[in-house]
Amino acid sequence: MTNATTTTEHDDHDDHGPAYGLSRWITTTNHKDIGTLYLWFSFIMLLTGGSFAMVIRAELFQPGLQFVEPHFFNQMTTMHGLIMVFGAIMPAFVGLANWMLPLMIGAPDMALPRMNNWSFWILPFAFTMLLSSFFMQGGAPAFGWTFYAPLSTTYAPASTDFFIFGVHLMGISSVMGAINVIATILNMRAPGMTLMKMPLFVWTWLITAYLLIAVMPVLAGAVTMMLTDRHFGTSFFNAAGGGDPVMFQHIFWFFGHPEVYIMILPAFGIISAIVPTFARKQLFGYSSMVYATGSIAILSFMVWAHHMFTTGMPVAGELYFMYATILISIPTGVKVFNWVTTMWRGSMTFETPMLWALGFIVMFTIGGLSGLMLGVAPVTTQYHDTYFVVAHFHYVLVTGALYSIIAAYYYWVPKWTGNMYNETLGKIHFWWSTIAVNVLFFPQHFLGLAGMPRRIPDYALQFAEFNMISSIGGFCFGLAQVFFLFIIIKTIKGGKKATDIVWEGATGLEFEALPSPAPYHSFNTAPVVK
Amino acid sequence: MGFKKLTARWFAAIAGVLSVLLVSVANAEYTLNLTEGVTPISRDLHGLHMVVFWICVAIGSAVFTVMAWSIFFHRKSRGAKASNFHESTKIEIIWTLAPLLILIAVAIPATSTLIDLEDAKTDADINLQVTGIQWKWKYRFVDEDVEFISSLAQSSRDVIKDPLGNENYLLEVDEPIVLPINKKIRFLFHSNDVIHAWFVPALAVKQDAIPGFINDSWAIIEEVGTYRGQCAELCGIEHGFMPIVVEAVTQADYEKWLNGKKAEALVVAAAAEEKWSMEDLVAKGETVYKVNCSGCHGATGAGIPGVFPAMTGSDIVLGDIANHIDIIVNGKAGTAMAAFKSMLSDVDIAAVVTYERNALGNSVGDLVQPSAITGLR
Repeated sequence: MTNATTTTEHDDHDDHGPAYGLSRWITTTNHKDIGTLYLWFSFIMLLTGGSFAMVIRAELFQPGLQFVEPHFFNQMTTMHGLIMVFGAIMPAFVGLANWMLPLMIGAPDMALPRMNNWSFWILPFAFTMLLSSFFMQGGAPAFGWTFYAPLSTTYAPASTDFFIFGVHLMGISSVMGAINVIATILNMRAPGMTLMKMPLFVWTWLITAYLLIAVMPVLAGAVTMMLTDRHFGTSFFNAAGGGDPVMFQHIFWFFGHPEVYIMILPAFGIISAIVPTFARKQLFGYSSMVYATGSIAILSFMVWAHHMFTTGMPVAGELYFMYATILISIPTGVKVFNWVTTMWRGSMTFETPMLWALGFIVMFTIGGLSGLMLGVAPVTTQYHDTYFVVAHFHYVLVTGALYSIIAAYYYWVPKWTGNMYNETLGKIHFWWSTIAVNVLFFPQHFLGLAGMPRRIPDYALQFAEFNMISSIGGFCFGLAQVFFLFIIIKTIKGGKKATDIVWEGATGLEFEALPSPAPYHSFNTAPVVK
Repeated sequence: MGFKKLTARWFAAIAGVLSVLLVSVANAEYTLNLTEGVTPISRDLHGLHMVVFWICVAIGSAVFTVMAWSIFFHRKSRGAKASNFHESTKIEIIWTLAPLLILIAVAIPATSTLIDLEDAKTDADINLQVTGIQWKWKYRFVDEDVEFISSLAQSSRDVIKDPLGNENYLLEVDEPIVLPINKKIRFLFHSNDVIHAWFVPALAVKQDAIPGFINDSWAIIEEVGTYRGQCAELCGIEHGFMPIVVEAVTQADYEKWLNGKKAEALVVAAAAEEKWSMEDLVAKGETVYKVNCSGCHGATGAGIPGVFPAMTGSDIVLGDIANHIDIIVNGKAGTAMAAFKSMLSDVDIAAVVTYERNALGNSVGDLVQPSAITGLR
């Protein structure tokens, strides 16, 4: 309510728009500009990491070494993972948070706008540093995105130090972004917007932000120990010096498992926004969705060692981590049931954002079910480190996280640009991607069950057929995202003007209380939520 | 030509190319499902896998059927009007508890299988120590005084650019491990350098080999046969090229093989006593180099700049021979250069030193006799 009074001093804010030229983007503290920067950055990273995946799939198209040497292949798998996780998926969600959180809670901007600028502008430097390692002697890191010691310490190329500092910078950026999200959500909600009235995207991001603050320092600790092992004679992870290579994995996955949920909780929020809009029916079980998100977040801290079932843990440890892991499927299942029940007896239409959201629900469920299989510790003796795992996490990260981001783009882009995207092109993009992505990843289940290990540049002949099919799907999926770039640019340049409400069934402040496009400064006077 | 006709031709062409490609690579059987394997544990795991799989299929089908029903019948274009129910505590409790019951039903057999799987100690007949080394496996029969190293067969390396038609490509080794059937074999895993994982699907054994740790696992192989596997944990450049071949044989054949191995060891030891000529050392050294050194230092000795030093023109290779030998025997601390004294025989070390000094573009002209290495151990 203080917001309402302070606006009088600044009442001409609506009139002055952004600065011109490059300095607008460098000096901006506007949440919409920073959101745009984040989204473009993550898209560039998606294409970069995607091009690495194309190299991987080209080499794996046929048995034998045709295109790249194993050393370069290992650099590709490593950088593909790092770029996609830290450069594409995470910044895309931060970009969506920047754009949408203030609009959804009726705030004029993020709580800490200068820090917001800084947390974005760290990223280009962090990734330039990481990518520059390709041009160094010895090449880029080649030890997998999970950088298990001692392969990443004693046995790693010199460029690993650039990777370490790159990760430090990404961590700083993420933590600052998370602090900003929490400060904004807890302090800047419009009058009347109680916690239990917040849209689920706001809820999921609030919980994600706490996860980020909790685990990014753990990652920073892990890479710092690597650094001192490499250069200052410590032996945290060096068995010959009394250290413990398995401890590295415990620390890494204590970060890594909550990280998985950092990449999927905001996706749950997006799907919970889109499905009710196009089913023209309120989200089923709002409060159970909130509680399920909270339970998933808490459980995510207690299951890390299910990534380590073959490291020789004691039986008691394996049993505990198995039980805890399969338990996560309950709150996750609740979410899927709630979305499906939201559609039940609704009045559904299938515009592009809804198609992506439905694609998400189906394929994320497939990925979730293979996750349940992987959680059963004894059988993971067979699944672990095979293509079955690769198929599983690509179903949750590509057809899960990435699909939700693309759905969010189509859902909110009319609010960002004031233009509707071209519906036919959007649908082509969806069907093209969805067919390709299943040709790409579904056969990898078979490869994994047949025993093909992951991260190998070449393979035995019985894996040839499915690798070739998978590669063909990969190239088609890659091309589909270049087509997406065309759609993005076309929509910025013009298109049918969007109405203020944009979608017939849309609810929420961003649609009901703002015009399309949302003005550069919005909610200078806080709206009142009934 | 009509557009439709043109597209039809295109599709026919693409389909034709694809089918030719697929047929041309189809010279090994592909499989869709997990192997049943040849051990009691592998059969249990297959059974458990199928149970969990069908549960997943059932849950998935139920969810997707409801979804499909809504998509078809509750669509606006069919005139569906949205109802406004949005809450039901009863139904939330049901779909929390029902999955919980299913999970408990899965957890019970999973628990007993896991406990079996982890019980390697009880009544083991044979203790086999398996050491992961970049990029080969060393096997030692703890109670038999037999040990040897097993690495990728040269036949696979020779066709690496075009392996089609090479049976067991990347799954063939120079020295397979021979094990008797119907005996409980306890594997003890360890690593000399980075983390590896010994993975043979038919035996349902996958266990990390970690420096500083000894992990165990077990198998009772019930059928005579050859079972193949690979390293499953990323371990550097040649991770994709360290296969495993297990030959399961009858007890009698196993004993015959063990005796053969013991006799071989005597021959190798005797060879170290002999005086070797330069040509013989260089010839032997070439084989040793290809198997043990070329992964890092390159087949032509060029290395990988910034990661692995070149052999051609190397200061160490061209310099003092004692220093050269020392690096190979004891390795170089803090780098990826391993101590080869535990992996290579005296003859092998003498041969590879002589080879490196007089081949790969180097011509120092000196040699070292195997007998000189014996004293350095």
